Amino acid sequence: MATLLFYILAAIVLMAVLLCLTRNNPVHAVLYLVHALFGLALLYFLLGAPMLAAWQVILYAGAIMVLFLFVIMLIDPDLFEKKASRGRFRWLPVGFLSGALLACGGVLIMMDPLAAGGIVRYRLSPRAFGRALFDEYGLAVEILSLILLFAAVGAFHLGRRHKGKEDAS
Amino acid sequence: MIVPLGHVLLFAGLLFVAGLAAVLLRRNLIMILIGVEIMLNAVGLVLVGASAYWRHPSGQLFALLLMAVAAAEISIALALVVYLKRSRGTIDVNRFDGMKG
Repeated sequence: MATLLFYILAAIVLMAVLLCLTRNNPVHAVLYLVHALFGLALLYFLLGAPMLAAWQVILYAGAIMVLFLFVIMLIDPDLFEKKASRGRFRWLPVGFLSGALLACGGVLIMMDPLAAGGIVRYRLSPRAFGRALFDEYGLAVEILSLILLFAAVGAFHLGRRHKGKEDAS
Repeated sequence: MIVPLGHVLLFAGLLFVAGLAAVLLRRNLIMILIGVEIMLNAVGLVLVGASAYWRHPSGQLFALLLMAVAAAEISIALALVVYLKRSRGTIDVNRFDGMKG
């Protein structure tokens, strides 16, 4: 059952990725990408990584995709009026993907593959995850925090309006 | 491990190739960044699959580090997109063919 669910989820994720990459409207592409990332989070859960699945939803499908949407709106505010898609069945692919993902999530909750004696034998609980992270890779966490700080400073510097350089093209 | 490691690797390879094709073929800078995101996620799936195969936590930890690096990368890249749109007025990569603005 869990094996079958893995292949179904893989097919859903692949479908969402292919739909995402062939869109002309970047907003649609980002919304399909959210589906693909959520499906990947369920796959992580099936592979015994519940903590990582939570981070995938919070960080990727939440924060980074919202960042994408912010930037798309910032650089092209009239995208919706310009490229609104027509057709009666335009909700069909996204509706199918959402429904299938929700159904898979429901089946996962019912099945509870991470329970003791469940089908997934190797699993890393959040406690074990934190211990392994801060015991073995404490230095990596520190370096990573510096990388994130540099990224924040760099993004702030790039986003600042330079006087007189506005229309240098 | 509920599926053979080879199937996980095959699926991740398909995702990676799809992302690579987007990076190489699309001209919209946003779509190129989405392709990069998909490639990074494929790598993360390989790490988690390897972690489940060898029953060792390192794969999952590196997947978390990968996520943080991807977040840093994408924030810089999107700031660059906004900067380019502001200074050049376009995000079509074919228009960026000069070394000096």
